[in-house]
Amino acid sequence: MKKIDNDSPTRYPEQYELDEKTESVPLGRRSFFKYMGSGLASFLVLSDVLASSIVETLSPDEKFIVEDTLAAWIHISEEGNITVFTGKVEVGQNIRTSLAQIVAEELFVPIENIELIMGDTALTPYDRGTYGSLTTPQMGPILRRAAASVKELMKELALKEWNLGQTSLHLEKGQVHHPTNGKKLSYAELAKGKKLMQRINENVKVISPENWKIAGTSVPKVNGKDFLTGRHKYVSDMKLPGMVYGKILRPPANGATLISVDVSKARSIPNVQVVQEGDFIGVTAPTSQAAMVALAMIDAKWNTVAQPSRKQLFQYLKDQAEDKEQNPAVDKVFNASDQKIEQTFYLDYIAHVPLEPRAGLAQWEGSQLTIWTGTQRPFGVQEEAEQIFKIPKERIRVIMPDTGSGYGGKHTGEAGLEAARLSKAVGKPVKVLWTREEEFKWAYFRPSGVMEVKCSLGVDHRINSWQFYNYNSGTAGIETPYRVGAKNIKFQRSDSPLKQGSYRALASTANIFAIESTMDDLAVMQGIDPLDFRLNHLEDKRLGDVLKATADSFSWGSVKKDGLGYGIACGAVKGGYVATCAAVEIHPQSREVKILRLTVGFDCGAIINPAHLKSQVVGCVLQGLGGALFESVDFRNGEILNPSLSTYRVPRFQDVPELEVVLLDRKDLPSSGAGEAPIVAVAPAIRNAILNATRVKLYQLPMLPKGVLPEAG
Amino acid sequence: MRVNINGMEHTVQVTGNPSLLEVLREQLDLTGAKYGCGEGVCGACKVFVNGLPMPSCITPVTSVQDKKVITVEGLEQDGKLHKIQQVFMEADAFQCGYCASGMVIASVALLDKNPRPSDQEIKDAMQGNICRCCTYPQIVHAIQQAI
Repeated sequence: MKKIDNDSPTRYPEQYELDEKTESVPLGRRSFFKYMGSGLASFLVLSDVLASSIVETLSPDEKFIVEDTLAAWIHISEEGNITVFTGKVEVGQNIRTSLAQIVAEELFVPIENIELIMGDTALTPYDRGTYGSLTTPQMGPILRRAAASVKELMKELALKEWNLGQTSLHLEKGQVHHPTNGKKLSYAELAKGKKLMQRINENVKVISPENWKIAGTSVPKVNGKDFLTGRHKYVSDMKLPGMVYGKILRPPANGATLISVDVSKARSIPNVQVVQEGDFIGVTAPTSQAAMVALAMIDAKWNTVAQPSRKQLFQYLKDQAEDKEQNPAVDKVFNASDQKIEQTFYLDYIAHVPLEPRAGLAQWEGSQLTIWTGTQRPFGVQEEAEQIFKIPKERIRVIMPDTGSGYGGKHTGEAGLEAARLSKAVGKPVKVLWTREEEFKWAYFRPSGVMEVKCSLGVDHRINSWQFYNYNSGTAGIETPYRVGAKNIKFQRSDSPLKQGSYRALASTANIFAIESTMDDLAVMQGIDPLDFRLNHLEDKRLGDVLKATADSFSWGSVKKDGLGYGIACGAVKGGYVATCAAVEIHPQSREVKILRLTVGFDCGAIINPAHLKSQVVGCVLQGLGGALFESVDFRNGEILNPSLSTYRVPRFQDVPELEVVLLDRKDLPSSGAGEAPIVAVAPAIRNAILNATRVKLYQLPMLPKGVLPEAG
Repeated sequence: MRVNINGMEHTVQVTGNPSLLEVLREQLDLTGAKYGCGEGVCGACKVFVNGLPMPSCITPVTSVQDKKVITVEGLEQDGKLHKIQQVFMEADAFQCGYCASGMVIASVALLDKNPRPSDQEIKDAMQGNICRCCTYPQIVHAIQQAI
């Protein structure tokens, strides 16, 4: 056993849920209007966003930065244009639309009048990244208050203009209305010649969800047409004058080191440039095909190292884990009980497979670097570039156009940084597009894991002890939502053979699979209905409500049909509460499993955009089907063996079962994110449905890599 | 070599026999068709070649000489969206949108061949197109609106 000093938290900050970190940004309050032009603005400084406990730990210098640095703002120009600035990015979660809805609602303007500038380190405030379902719960309320504050400012200006005392004013379609004489002042007129900015009033009155007219409705994707006509430019579509295409030499396997390299053949090709900086070797050429050919002509010899393969994975994770923390008190209850379960669950690595592979475009103008890249952390890429090129951040601009998805898989900016290195060397703008194979081999995976569960029941049929160890996959969702008596729940760090990082819902999928499967096994052991057993143990009323609503809609308990199996599972992740019911059919001869029907109930507080929320839930559940049933990364000695879409199966049209989504609109509760939580209950619901139909207990994700169920026993 | 794309004749470089996708994207700046897999199994690069939907990533450009290629950019007529684009927009089907061009081409092809497909026929016909955001039900729903 060894203690692991895992360096991945610095690289992938979300996975191990690190402390907040602050960074200085270029734009302070003093330089604001120089930058933005005249107008009205409301803003928030970083200290308003960070928890006070974090602010207290900062040095005086850092405190100054935090106090002065803008964290989000809304600006109304002299022309009446409303611009919202946020460091968050759009990767398909349609947050550009829902944030615009929130602002339009408070400012009484049509949604078309709002422009969002997102994820541009030169224009938008610092942001740690778009992940963890934080945009809606954090940025939503900030922008709502920012919009309401700027609205109050405009009302004050209008009152002054009309020489009125404190009177309530009516706003409509971008105009403030005089209370009696029918006069109106447009936002543009009010902003004319002004340079007014005010800090967001934390206590400003905002429109309550019951009265929402734009927020809370299914506004279509704001720039939706551009995606249907091919007009939207993803980074992979962008082109700069004089741009060349770059390719990077990759090792044959993880951990391989370069012994020798001959680049002379590649170098002899006209218009090809070879860049060699230590082990970083790349080529540029006028077309991507020529770059590919040049790369293939590099003769490199590599030294590969023996390392664990998939067959040894789970044993390896346990062997390499830090020492297990025992809890004798819990063991004692477990040992004294008559009814108990001790079982282990396993989880393979899976890949994010964003349909747009990593893409980066870089341009140097003197010592000024601009990188366009699809990343969930543009400011993180800026920091990495600062370290690589040893130039101040002010000279590095990272821009993130709306990108072809991430799912937690684009926290890094490799392609952008590679493009920047090549561009610096060849003196031209360079675009680096990863192939699908590179994306599979050199990005990072959802962690694999081993989950050990030991639990027991008391004479009252209630869980009286609960031990839970998660090796490697993570802490998210590791706490059980049930009353369990004595408990010992631990995450055991280990050494991952493959590069791993964030994935939608992090380790919740793994932990909730083990928890919810075990809950069913306990219910079955006693002959109690799995829904009743859960409700008997649930502490969280909100989760219980979702569970009941989902079961009701599925007609749980009253739909039993011979030959079919029914399963249920639930979980709470990042402010989202989800339950899933599944109906499966197993072919008696072929043992083929068919997922007939899924009902998914979800509560994430007040709903901002019902259609987009439903879309997120559906997307989560169907993507979750892949990891539940057939997705897994195969590898041997550091080499990925299925690095293509013909060998790594992802869900397609024919995999979609009948799917019902039940949304609970809790207008009384703050909105939280929805892009993660709905994924967690689909695997255990299916697992439990298979158990219900066949008595076969499955312990590994994916459960049915070949689509066929093994025999019982 | 001359190629006919969206009704226009273009002269393109064919040294090294690049794929149709590379030529569209790099030489003609028609970036609607996307690279997704490089082996013709994800559908993101689909375009029409003489009326048939083809994965342009595995179609050598030299094979489309004397044929008519239509890309997603060529579906709009007089500034008006194709019916399928219109229904997709109204159904607000997509999330990241990277698969959208390929989905549009595949659905136009489906309705050309079978103007009244059942749900199952839609799923079967669209099986070659991946949406990693898994907006499949919304896409099926959108196509139904065009029937």
